[in-house]
Amino acid sequence: MSVFHRAWAIVWKDLLIEARTKQSFNAMVFFAALVLFIFSFALGPDTELLQRVAGGLLWVGIAFTGLLSLSRTYQNEETSGGLEGLRAYPGDPRAIYLGKLLGNIVMLLLVEAVLFPAAGILFQANLWPYAGGLIAVAVLGTIGFSLVGTFYSALTVNLRAREVMLPLLLFPALVPVLLGAVNATTLILQGNLMGEAVMWLRVLGAFDIIFFVICIWIFPIALEE
Amino acid sequence: MGPRTAVEKVLGILALLAMLVGSWVGLVVVPADAAQGNVQRLMYVHVPAAWLAFLAFFIVFVMSVLYLIQREERWDRVAASSAEIGVVFTVVTLLLGMMWGKPTWGVFWTWDPRLTTTAILLAIYVGYLALRSFADDGEKRARWSAIVGVIGFANVPIVYMSVTWWRTLHQPPSSPRSVAPEILWTLMLNLGAFTLVYAYLMVRRVRLAKLEGELERRMAYNA
Repeated sequence: MSVFHRAWAIVWKDLLIEARTKQSFNAMVFFAALVLFIFSFALGPDTELLQRVAGGLLWVGIAFTGLLSLSRTYQNEETSGGLEGLRAYPGDPRAIYLGKLLGNIVMLLLVEAVLFPAAGILFQANLWPYAGGLIAVAVLGTIGFSLVGTFYSALTVNLRAREVMLPLLLFPALVPVLLGAVNATTLILQGNLMGEAVMWLRVLGAFDIIFFVICIWIFPIALEE
Repeated sequence: MGPRTAVEKVLGILALLAMLVGSWVGLVVVPADAAQGNVQRLMYVHVPAAWLAFLAFFIVFVMSVLYLIQREERWDRVAASSAEIGVVFTVVTLLLGMMWGKPTWGVFWTWDPRLTTTAILLAIYVGYLALRSFADDGEKRARWSAIVGVIGFANVPIVYMSVTWWRTLHQPPSSPRSVAPEILWTLMLNLGAFTLVYAYLMVRRVRLAKLEGELERRMAYNA
């Protein structure tokens, strides 16, 4: 089997478990909605203010929710030495990274598919005219977030205090992704008059490519036993 | 950790002397800046601290790559020591920068690209040190932190670029042509002094790391 077949097997297994138990998805959606609610409370009911900062609020919500799901990346493998089992399979261990990465991207995009419309309603903004641009930001931002996140969650999975260590390592590394995604989202919601959103999309794209190469290259070392 | 070795003694004395001379020249000999007055003298410590912080993190990067290739414990010890000292220099840089920022810009902190990047740099290497403190197994600790040392450093230019596009107040970096010669050589003198301090701290810290490793091994053996 090729690397992609084995990666796909992992994605399929994890998504099937998720589809049957829905243990992560429901919790993630509610958590993300709660984050948006809490921000609205913190900033007060001023709709204009909320619309201006909507991009930032959305991505902080996505970052926290994503963190929640990242820390569960290897949860299905935790019992009965599942991770050792995966590791013991012959072939390139990069398949594990690719599979877990794709699974994380799909899960986070599904949550965002609920979160964006919910934000549109909460902040009284009509998002339909900007759907194309927002989808582009969501996809590129989610890929960047998951690339680094899936990698660092493999690094911290056996660590004491991993709940603390994952965000401590992850968030500083994600500064370019958060800046790119927040600015692009805000510019698109303002109509992207100067075409500046495209520049931020390029930042996201460049980050995705660079970190894809780095993470794929180093992952086998991270997974050694 | 026992008496200082000959190298440590020489480096220590040289570093102390260089710091004394550098401070005396920077505070007394060189005239005050025409535009900023005495406040500008902070440059002679702020800029060297920043350079040394970057140098220290660059060494973490090089040693991490070396470790991942050769898997020799000594590269890990040098990387860890350099990261610790780099974090100290970064904090010094930020504090001195705030002391300089308040009288000249009117604020302690502003979201300028270089300030922001330095703060993020601090966060990256505090994460690196935290990871080390949470890992028990020596080989895994070395391997994991080397990975963070590589990724953290590779990320710095990307962070800097993205923050630059986001915001742009810091005076452009001084080039040899933009400053008076006496300012330049005072700066170089202090840079030399800071480098000696870094070298002294490194030699001491690496020896301490070696002893710590030895202790860890003995405790594991006895247990």
